[in-house]
Amino acid sequence: MVPLAYYLIVSALLFCLGVLGVLTRRNSIVIFMSIELMLNAANLGFVAFSHFLGGLDGQLFVFFIMVVAAAEVTVGLAVIVALYRNWDTIFADRIHLLKG
Amino acid sequence: MELVLFMCFAVITVASAALVVWHPHPVKSALFLIITFFAMGGLYLLLEAEFIALMQVLVYAGAVMVLFLFVIMLLNLKPRTTGRAEFRPRLKWSLPLVAILFGAIASVIHHPLSRLGRGTGEDAAWVAAQGGNVPAVGTLLFQQYLLPFEATAVLLLVAVVGVIVLAKREIK
Repeated sequence: MVPLAYYLIVSALLFCLGVLGVLTRRNSIVIFMSIELMLNAANLGFVAFSHFLGGLDGQLFVFFIMVVAAAEVTVGLAVIVALYRNWDTIFADRIHLLKG
Repeated sequence: MELVLFMCFAVITVASAALVVWHPHPVKSALFLIITFFAMGGLYLLLEAEFIALMQVLVYAGAVMVLFLFVIMLLNLKPRTTGRAEFRPRLKWSLPLVAILFGAIASVIHHPLSRLGRGTGEDAAWVAAQGGNVPAVGTLLFQQYLLPFEATAVLLLVAVVGVIVLAKREIK
């Protein structure tokens, strides 16, 4: 039996790698993939707790998170395609409209 | 045996997640992300969440990643010409910050977890009586969680309409 803490450490590592990706990368799509990593880290935490608490509610939460994540990916990628049309780049430091 | 499998899946998950962040080429980042999602499916199987493992492979490693790769190839993205000159200094200051974040999370994982008792939800005997994990999740989904389930259907419809509005060209 693998202890709960091991799963949570994997989940924490995944979340931290996602944060690292958002902080260091400037390619919008890679930033978006890092956000997906963070969502998955949360999912792993939910499923691990659901297994060790002996219930199924955590798994249902993960199901709903997955539905919302799928919707979020479609909308986000459409936003990125629209950005590319207007700026001819998707690098976040080249898109500096708000900086004036 | 279970620990060995867990270690394999965990190492694959974390290593390819690190490569997603590190690799300069977005297509290869996306391919490493697929490996991460597959290995996470293995972790879900170890946690006896067969339905979620299936959804992980079908929805994330399948649909979501196809969408990512499609957009990357549609926009014909290449690594930037400046190389890693801008990436390395950013890595230098963000690594300590992320290390502090990990330390904060790890300290929470380590201590109050021992006070966690058994939950009040459905136990293993109930799941077995339903005929396995997938029928049990289905039973809960269509009884106790019916309203949120219908709400997600509306959410998906809104997403479809929103994407069409965003992606269609302006007609002059």
